[in-house]
Amino acid sequence: MKAIETTDLTKYYGKARGIIKLNLSVEEGEFFGFIGPNGAGKSTTIRTLLGLIHPTSGQAKILGMDIGKDRNQILSEVGYLPSEAVFYQGMKVKDILKLSADLRKTDCAKASAELCDRLQLDTSRKVEELSFGNRKKVAIVAALQHNPKLLILDEPTSGLDPLMQREFFSVLREKNEQGTTIFLSSHVLSEIQRNCTRAAIIREGRMIACDSVEALSRTNAKRITIHGAISLQGLDGVRDLQETDGVSSFLYSGDIKRLLQILAGSDITDLSVAEPDLEEIFMHYYEDGGEQ
Amino acid sequence: MTLTKHELKQGWKALAIWTVSIGFFIVICVLLYPEMKGEMEGVSDIFASMGAFTAAFGMDRLNFGTLIGFYSVECGNILGLGGAFFASFVAVGVLAKEEKERTAEFLLTHPVSRSRVVSEKLISVLIQIVILNAIIFALSVASIKGIGEEIMWKEISLIHLAFFLVQLELAGICFGISAFIRKSGIGIGLGIATAMYFLNIVANISESAEFLKYITPFGYAESADIVENGCLDGKMILIGMAVAVICVVLGYWKYCRKDIQ
Repeated sequence: MKAIETTDLTKYYGKARGIIKLNLSVEEGEFFGFIGPNGAGKSTTIRTLLGLIHPTSGQAKILGMDIGKDRNQILSEVGYLPSEAVFYQGMKVKDILKLSADLRKTDCAKASAELCDRLQLDTSRKVEELSFGNRKKVAIVAALQHNPKLLILDEPTSGLDPLMQREFFSVLREKNEQGTTIFLSSHVLSEIQRNCTRAAIIREGRMIACDSVEALSRTNAKRITIHGAISLQGLDGVRDLQETDGVSSFLYSGDIKRLLQILAGSDITDLSVAEPDLEEIFMHYYEDGGEQ
Repeated sequence: MTLTKHELKQGWKALAIWTVSIGFFIVICVLLYPEMKGEMEGVSDIFASMGAFTAAFGMDRLNFGTLIGFYSVECGNILGLGGAFFASFVAVGVLAKEEKERTAEFLLTHPVSRSRVVSEKLISVLIQIVILNAIIFALSVASIKGIGEEIMWKEISLIHLAFFLVQLELAGICFGISAFIRKSGIGIGLGIATAMYFLNIVANISESAEFLKYITPFGYAESADIVENGCLDGKMILIGMAVAVICVVLGYWKYCRKDIQ
């Protein structure tokens, strides 16, 4: 069974584009990444899947159930971590977690206590006294305590310090090993690369690529940095050229011999050739609309 | 009933403040009565000759010198306006506040259907209105007893019942509106309550504007009519309750289809 399956899912806000004909397919048990720049439609997709907004056209199924008809059953199997966690003023952390469990008609006291302990969350504090990161922890516990089959995470690590991020992802990996499907929406690419097996890239409301993370990040481009005067005219395969104070830096995916010939004839003082980082590889998906 | 309970917990402070304020002014008014009683004999005659002004508050037909006449004008206005403000204030915010305070995302990603959310919130509004009215009724009766006056159970009960129905109608209208808005509707709620109150005053002053009584819920809460007739106007109340039910149904319809931001 598929954990998430959308068919031509489309959402317009009036005339404004949300998502267009999205065909997403996530297998049960996967750790799936969902990548895209701000405003690409990541949150629109998630909000549609959760029934917060209604699709303009197209269908979607979660764990085999229709998002329109079976909303309640879906939500009882899903844990959702919003990008910005907001709770009721004046309530204590433990009351929020209890309210969440009560709304699900389950008793999650044990799982809740374990998670709070791992994330070092003080449950006797009032939510409005908490920092952004600590509020995020409350949202994490609320999303995980009922042991959902599918976890939908929207920018989960914003606000968490690096140690907490590590703890959080180790919790996620454990859950994933126990069979929980994880759908991770993020623009922190290293997060996706480290944790996800497959990923989809979304841009301007459309899915432009969907493959294993390994395949998506495969490239033969190098990051070349040159100190000195150089003319790159006539050289193919140059991308993302930045020139400052006599330093030229660019991504190069053309013929390496041709580059060396030009370099040999130029007045340069230093040179470095490095593997590009993942951000740079994904950048071309963002900027050119992908190659698929 | 998790959500109703949650809603009552969130709202009890506001409820307590409104109940205490309205109750306080009514008790003070009643306690002032013995002192004013003697002076009122002449005052009634003066009021009776003031034409439109006294008609506006139904004072032309009520004897200010009797407790029930005094009570229905003074306390009627306090409870009428105060209760209407409270009912509108609670109902107009109850759905909209989730989006305004951005807690809707938390609430509506739990396995609770939209119609259930609407129902439980509606029940919480009704419970709050019932609590407010019950406490104020008890305070009123106790304070009348306290000054040693006879309690005219029928008249006082009918006056309080009428204002309770006014609050139900306003709450119904504001609840419906609450489903459509995303911002704080307190301005809208209090505006509607105030406008309805003044419509009734206009209807009292001018005979050609009497049809307004069928629009404003205060039309069936006119103390002078209630004391005079010893009963409530069933037709007006029926219209009022129908309006409230229609608004609530519209609220259900909208909230179940709404895109949550």
